[in-house]
Amino acid sequence: MNSCLFCQKEMQLPGGFQALFQKAAQSFWCEDCIAKWAFIKGPTCPTCHRWMETAEICLDCKKWQADPIYSGCLDENISVLAYNSFCQQVLAQYKYRGDYILAVAIADLLKSKLKQTSFDLITPIPLSEERRYERGFNQSEALITALGKKPTILLTRMHTEKQSKKTRKERLETPQVFRFTGQQEMSGKKVLIVDDIYTTGTTLYHAAKLLKEAGATEVRSLTMARS
Amino acid sequence: MRILMKDHLLIPVFHHDSASYTITELPNIPHHKHNPTYRFNSQIQTFLFGKQLLLDEIPHPVEELFTHVNEGYITLRRPFIKEGRKIKCARCGSSHHLATYPCARCGNEQCHYCRNCLMMGRVSACTPLFSWNGPSPSTLIVDQPLKWDGTLSTGQQQASTAVVAAIDNKKEYLVWAVCGAGKTEVLFAGIAHALKQGQRVCLATPRTDVVLELAPRLKKVFPHTTIAALYGGSEDRHLFANLVISTTHQLFRFYCAFDTVIVDEVDAFPYTMDATLQYAVQQAKKSVAATIYLTATPSRKWQKECRQNKRAYMTIPARFHRFPLPIPQFKWIGQWTSPLKNARLPFVLKKWLQQRIEKEKQVLLFIPKIKLIDDMLPLIQKLHPKVEAVHAEDPLRKEKVQKMRKQETLILLTTTILERGVTFPHIDVAVLGAEERIFTESALVQIAGRVGRSVEAPTGDVVFFHYGKTTAMVRAKKQILQMNKEAKQRGLLHE
Ligand SMILES: [Zn+2]
Ligand SMILES: [Zn+2]
Ligand SMILES: [Zn+2]
Ligand SMILES: [Zn+2]
Repeated sequence: MNSCLFCQKEMQLPGGFQALFQKAAQSFWCEDCIAKWAFIKGPTCPTCHRWMETAEICLDCKKWQADPIYSGCLDENISVLAYNSFCQQVLAQYKYRGDYILAVAIADLLKSKLKQTSFDLITPIPLSEERRYERGFNQSEALITALGKKPTILLTRMHTEKQSKKTRKERLETPQVFRFTGQQEMSGKKVLIVDDIYTTGTTLYHAAKLLKEAGATEVRSLTMARS
Repeated sequence: MRILMKDHLLIPVFHHDSASYTITELPNIPHHKHNPTYRFNSQIQTFLFGKQLLLDEIPHPVEELFTHVNEGYITLRRPFIKEGRKIKCARCGSSHHLATYPCARCGNEQCHYCRNCLMMGRVSACTPLFSWNGPSPSTLIVDQPLKWDGTLSTGQQQASTAVVAAIDNKKEYLVWAVCGAGKTEVLFAGIAHALKQGQRVCLATPRTDVVLELAPRLKKVFPHTTIAALYGGSEDRHLFANLVISTTHQLFRFYCAFDTVIVDEVDAFPYTMDATLQYAVQQAKKSVAATIYLTATPSRKWQKECRQNKRAYMTIPARFHRFPLPIPQFKWIGQWTSPLKNARLPFVLKKWLQQRIEKEKQVLLFIPKIKLIDDMLPLIQKLHPKVEAVHAEDPLRKEKVQKMRKQETLILLTTTILERGVTFPHIDVAVLGAEERIFTESALVQIAGRVGRSVEAPTGDVVFFHYGKTTAMVRAKKQILQMNKEAKQRGLLHE
């Protein structure tokens, strides 16, 4: 018996004739869990993939476009889900409780988007040493590994402060928290950053700016959820 | 964390080098006799006594903890136990939920961790379990801990005496008490007996609701005893108490702690949880200790052991009000899903509900699947406006149960979540699709046990609407008949 990687519920494997075709499509999530995801479908913001009523640039992105420092740093964000309470629950189990194995199940949701994206280097958002020790692993690096790719470490986090405890305004105004520490030749490279969630974009814009400064020509991000 | 061993002393290190080991790799863990001249920290003593905790759960500096280890006051245990080819989690006993990860804490590419007890903090191959190994903290012994002037029914009294004896002799004992027998009061004398001797008692129950309900009741009757109520996020976590009321999950944090462990509603677990629960109880109690199990619906296995005299037990076959248990009626309803698909209620059920509506008798209607709520609720609301539905994830669950209590709801549709715990004084109960797998023998006995709970209304109807009788249905009815028969024989019913 196969069981859901998240809720442990036993799953009926497709039987008989159907099984021949569906064998490859082994699922990590049960039907009940899948039903709880809010998959992004329909019009989205063309830059950050936020789910919109009409496909137009969202307010967050307009702010970034107008920003004298960060404008144009991140070329595109791709997300699969809209952030909801189930997403929050899954991420809590994965990141804070440290259930590493969920990386493969989350990666399973991301893999078709990954296929559609071209890149030369794939890199995680770094954690501070303290945070990485506390959690035991870097959740975005684990996602890259689970996607079957080899992460290239290009950035280091300089100091730590919990993002979630800051107000939105503070987050938008925080100074650079990363440093470029990559050893690669970056000029002309297309870089894909992988992270769990895109909230205001601050983290990803900060990372993208350094990558562009180092020579990257295109920087995109692939995130599980756009909140 | 890794550990360096130097002259039999253990030193924690937080970098990854080849001279150090994880607790799992450590060739042997030295056991020191405690050094009587060392002045141990009594805060660590009360915090760690009878516990098995992860470093992350202990608010004391790691250096101080390791000094206590080297002076013989704290033992470190390995987080995983090898049993033949299996590896099992030392905290929860599970061997089915292990996974590995490249661990930043020990630097190993494949560090094991246990998913089964993850919600209590992650047990990994590099996280030792810390326990106190020194003298026990001194506690105040109260002469007469129990302040209660209620009386027990004859059935309760007999069980109470047996429980006291089992606690006294450190034995395992099962109290099989029908729904409505009043099982909590049966424990009072036994708990008092243990407390008087300075012993520690734990009352464990699967559900947080029950902990929250029992804690104030026990605080009232044991007013001079320190009582800790433990559940996820509870504030009593650090309290050293002689009487602990805990969810069964929180038991995982205890180790060799209790002289008596009482497990309430042993059957409320899915079968797969059974082994984990047994493990938690074994870990939490001292090597010589009493274990009391309370349930209205023991598993088939336990029932068999009772019949074969392989398990010490006593039944309380009668309710405290001395009326017999209502007997479920079986009513054929045919292929009940087809009328529902056509937006009609099955005729037999509709008629039964209408009869109740005419008399304004409250109804609890059990359905096998959440999904049916959407189909059925509007149909029943056509019969009467005061109809509601609840299920496990319903955010308004408490409010809806409350409305039913206040008789503002006439018919309440529910999944099996209301099969136990809740009582409404004057109701009839029906089960739709009683043949479905979710309605096990014990679920059906519990459901039938919702009826006739008050002295004012000790009777009521229980109907199992079915599309084919199941063994579970037959056994549930047989169990209820058997209890009534026994109650009569033992003279526990009104004449
Ligand atoms: Zn699931
Ligand atoms: Zn946007
Ligand atoms: Zn475990
Ligand atoms: Zn480790």
